[in-house]
Amino acid sequence: MTFLRDALLVAGKDLRIERRSRVALQQIVPFGAIVVMLFAFALDSDRTLLHEAAPGLFWAAILLAVLLAVGRSFSIEEANRARDGLRLSGLDGGSIFLGKAAAIAVQLFLLEIIVGIAVVVLYDVSVRGVLVLLCSGVAATVGLAATATVYGVLAGGLRARETLVPLLVLPAVTPVMLGATRSFEAALNGAPSDAWPWIQLLVAFAILAVTAGTVAFGPLLEEG
Amino acid sequence: MLGRFPALAGADLEVDAGEVLLLSGPNGAGKTTLLRLCAGLLSLRAGEAEVLGVDLRAEPRRVRRAVALVGHETFCYDDLTVAENVRFVARAVGRTAEDADAALERVGLGRVAGVAHARLSQGQRRRLSLANALARKPSLLLLDEPHAGLDDQSRGVLAEVVRSAAGDGCTVMLASHELDLARALCTREVRVVAGQVHPVPPGRGIAAAPPAPEIEASA
Repeated sequence: MTFLRDALLVAGKDLRIERRSRVALQQIVPFGAIVVMLFAFALDSDRTLLHEAAPGLFWAAILLAVLLAVGRSFSIEEANRARDGLRLSGLDGGSIFLGKAAAIAVQLFLLEIIVGIAVVVLYDVSVRGVLVLLCSGVAATVGLAATATVYGVLAGGLRARETLVPLLVLPAVTPVMLGATRSFEAALNGAPSDAWPWIQLLVAFAILAVTAGTVAFGPLLEEG
Repeated sequence: MLGRFPALAGADLEVDAGEVLLLSGPNGAGKTTLLRLCAGLLSLRAGEAEVLGVDLRAEPRRVRRAVALVGHETFCYDDLTVAENVRFVARAVGRTAEDADAALERVGLGRVAGVAHARLSQGQRRRLSLANALARKPSLLLLDEPHAGLDDQSRGVLAEVVRSAAGDGCTVMLASHELDLARALCTREVRVVAGQVHPVPPGRGIAAAPPAPEIEASA
């Protein structure tokens, strides 16, 4: 119980900071929407291609926005040496990880809803297989948030963290990009049963990322 | 060790429970390093350190929960209010929001409880650090240059907090260059020079403290 209470404490703190600063709302969400819009401009002459590639383009936009979200999540710990304050708090590293990952996941869910609406409108996509979209979206978001949080703390204390985080995160989340894109394609093409193997991959990845993060975050926080 | 540089090689220090110890010495001598070590923020590369009867190397988290450090930075979040910052610190160590609010009142920051940390003056930030420490109700209070940036009124608050903490049995270690002010608060003084801890003989207005050693540190 204490573990979850501490995780909620950290998540609440991060979300309160984001609500107050509005960085997610005013920078990360518009960034995701702009990426989707740029793809639309780039492929405008070929509406069929745009329609078919919508799932991949959606997740590409989300992946790029994840980098901003995780950068923001750890930059707030650098000011005033708040990271030392977090260490001094005596909170378990695993609970800090779960709290920070949950806060990032909540922001990603909101981002996905807004970017999803932009994709439907700009790419002329008909929404089908809502249950599959929901399941794969949740599993992919948890996997993305957990993985990005681990690499965020790993690079947090480094001067080159802004450039290092994308180099570390993007290759690591390739299975999420693949699984989420394929399951979205299956759902939108009216073949939801084809999506379940990909959803299983996403769930397995999410479980692995959360478990590894819970174990590794504490030592990584100490080393940063 | 700080990187490859041995910061406190051969340092040996014992502090009694309830003692108010002054660490004096030149810049770069190792005072801050010693305080951060006692707070569990630095890992020990060699030697032994026991804080509040707990092996620092084996259980740094347990030490951190019982210790409060007031350092050069506030360890606070700019976008949270004063009250939100202190409540977060208090709740993290199992204290209540009431403990946090009481700590804020005690350092005279109750009026600015709803103001964001980013908008505080330097002096208010120092007081907030003190409130963070008090909200934790620590057994060991570590103060690194606590007089810096404080006006006379704030220095009065600091003195009251240190005396009251010591009166409640809390051990205090204080590093300062404001020696007259610090000596008026402390019961013993040691001088830190090049990572070595040297006792300063009584006779400068600092009296010895009661026995019962609870903190041992050597590196």
